[in-house]
Amino acid sequence: MIVGFLNLTWPVFADALALGGIYALMAIGIGLVFGVLRLVNFAYGQLIMAGGFALAFGSQWGLPSWLSILFCFGVVLVLSLLMEQLVFRPLRTQSPVVMLVATFAVAFLLQSIALLEWPLGKVAGQLAVWQMPWDIGGHPIRKVAVIAIAAAAACLVLLQLLLTRTPLGLHMRAASMDFRTARLLGVRANRVITGAVLISGVFAAIAAVLLSVQDIQITYTFGLQDTIVVLAGVVVGGMNRPIPATLGGFTIGFATGLLGGILPSNQSQYLTSFIFAAVIVVLLLRPNGLYTRAGGTAERV
Amino acid sequence: MNQARRLPELLVPAALVVATALLGLAVSSYLQAYFLDTLIKVAIVVGLYVFIGNSGVVSFGQISFVALGAWTAGVLTVPRDQKLAIMPGLSHFLVTHSVGNLGSLALAAAVGGVAAFAVGLPLMRLSGLAAGIATFAVLEITNNLLTYEQSIGPGQNAFSSVPQTTGIWQAAIGALICVAVAYVYQRVRFGRMLRATREDPAAAAAAGISIYRQRLLAFALSGALAGFAGGLYVHLQPLGVGDLYLDLTFITLAMLVVGGTGSLLGAVVGALALNGIYSFFSAATNTVNVLGWNLKVPAGTADIVLGVLMTAVLVLRPSGITGGREFSLPRRRRRVADLEKARVPT
Repeated sequence: MIVGFLNLTWPVFADALALGGIYALMAIGIGLVFGVLRLVNFAYGQLIMAGGFALAFGSQWGLPSWLSILFCFGVVLVLSLLMEQLVFRPLRTQSPVVMLVATFAVAFLLQSIALLEWPLGKVAGQLAVWQMPWDIGGHPIRKVAVIAIAAAAACLVLLQLLLTRTPLGLHMRAASMDFRTARLLGVRANRVITGAVLISGVFAAIAAVLLSVQDIQITYTFGLQDTIVVLAGVVVGGMNRPIPATLGGFTIGFATGLLGGILPSNQSQYLTSFIFAAVIVVLLLRPNGLYTRAGGTAERV
Repeated sequence: MNQARRLPELLVPAALVVATALLGLAVSSYLQAYFLDTLIKVAIVVGLYVFIGNSGVVSFGQISFVALGAWTAGVLTVPRDQKLAIMPGLSHFLVTHSVGNLGSLALAAAVGGVAAFAVGLPLMRLSGLAAGIATFAVLEITNNLLTYEQSIGPGQNAFSSVPQTTGIWQAAIGALICVAVAYVYQRVRFGRMLRATREDPAAAAAAGISIYRQRLLAFALSGALAGFAGGLYVHLQPLGVGDLYLDLTFITLAMLVVGGTGSLLGAVVGALALNGIYSFFSAATNTVNVLGWNLKVPAGTADIVLGVLMTAVLVLRPSGITGGREFSLPRRRRRVADLEKARVPT
C-alpha cells in the first residue's frame, strides 16, 4: 500500500506502469515516423488491430505462442511497408494536413475491411496465461504487467543504442533535425524512411502483443482509443524529439492506468474527460511540449 | 461589378445543393433517405470549411458542436409526456421546457456557436499540431460527457421520439443557409483577413491583423453552423452519441480534403461526391438498377470502396477534386495557384 485511502495497491501501480510502458512504445513508433516524414500516422492503431487479429487467428489455428507472435510481427511489418510504399511515399511532399487525412483514410479502409471480414477475434491459449498473477513480495502482480514493463525498458535501451551507436541511427537523427541538409550530406532518404517505418512497425507489433493479452477481445476498433490517447501524449510530451515524445506517451499511459485503477467507478467514467482536460491545460501552458526546452520553431498545420 | 463577378462562387455550390434536393424529390421515399443524409453532410462539411478552409488550421472538434446542437434540438423537441421515458435522469428545467421545430434549430445554432466561442477563447492561441490535438481533446471530452451526463440527454441511448421534421425541404434549405453564410463570411472583411493569415501569418500580422481574434470568430461561426447542422440531423433520424463521434469526424474531414480544403465549392463537391458514392453502394446491398442493369453488392462494400477512393484521391490529387479553387467562368483570369509548400523533396 502506498496511499491506502485511495485504494492504490501494488498491482494497480504495476498495471499503470505497464500501460505507461506500452504507450511509450507506441509513442516511439509514432514519433520516429513523424521525425523523418513529418507525418502523424493515425493508422498506427490499425497496425495494432491487424497484429491483434493475427494473434487471434494464431490461437484459433492452434499455433504455439511463439509462432503466433512471429505471425503478428510479419503481418504488422508487411502492412507498415505497404502503407509506406503506397501512401506515405507519394505524399511525402504534401502538407501535414493532407498526409494526416490520408492516414485517416487508410485507417478507415483497414477498419472497414476488419469489420466486414472478421467481426470478433479472441486471443486464447498460451498467451492468455499471461493474464495470471505472479506473487511478487506478497502482491499478486499480473504476468503481462511484468512482461510489458520489462519489454518496454529493453526496447527503449535498444532504441537508444540504435539511435546513438549505429550509422542508421545517426542518419535518422540527422534526418529528423533537418531532412534537406541531411540529404545534402549523403543521407539516403528512402533508406532512412524505410528504416523508421520498420522500427515503428516492430514497436506496433510489440504493443499489439501486449495489448491483446491485456484485452483478449479483438474487434475492429482495437487499438483505436489507445492510439488517440498516445497521439495526445506524444504532442503533450513534445513531438519533435524521440525522448520527450516517449516520456509523453509514458506519462499519459501511467496517468490513465493509475486514475482508472484508483477512482471509484462513478468517477472513473469521466476519466477520458479528466485526461483530455489535462492535455488541453498542458498544451496551453507548454505548446511545444512538456518535456522540451522552451522556444521552438513556429509551424503551420 | 466586383460583387457580380464573384456570384458564381455562391451560385454554383447552391445550384449543386438544389439539384441534389430535386433529385431527392424525384426518387422513391426509400432512396430519398440517402439524399437527405447527403444534404445534412453538406451542411456539416460547409460548417467545417468555414473554420478549417479559411484559417488553414485543422480542427477535429467541430463534430462536438454538431453533437451539442443535436442534443439541444433533440431534448427541447421530444414531446413532454415522453421525455422522462426516454431520458429518466433529465433535469427538471429541460423536462418542463420545449420549443418548436424552428426554435430548436435556432437554439442548436446558438448553443453550437456559444460553445465554440467558449472553447476557442483559450484554444485559438494554439496552432499546428498542438491545436489539432487540443481540438481532438474537445471532441473526446464532449463525447464522454454526453455519454454519461443523463441530466442533459439520453446518455448512451439513441434519441427517439424527436419529431422528424427534416424532410427534403428543410434539409435543402438548411444546407443552403450554411452555404450562404459561408459565402458571405468569406467575402466580407473578416473572412478576407482570416484568409490572409492562412496564406502568410507573418505578413498578415504585420498588416495589423490579429490572428487570434480572426480565428476565434471563424471558430465560433463554424461552431454555430455545426450546431445548426446537428439540429437538422437529429430531426432526421434517431441519433446516439456514437453517431456523432470519430467516424463522423473522419468522414466529414475527408470530404472536405477530398473536395479541396480551400474553397466553398470544394466543401460542397467533396460532401456530395463521397456521400453520393457511399450512398450508392449502401443502396446496392439491396440491389439497385443502373441503366437497366441490376447491381447487387455484399454488405460492407460501401465502406471499403469509400476507403479506397479517399486514399486514391489523396495520393493522386492531394489538393482535392477542386484543387481548392472556387468556380470561375472560363474566360476570366485564374487566381494565382497556391504555392507548393514542399517540405521534403523526393
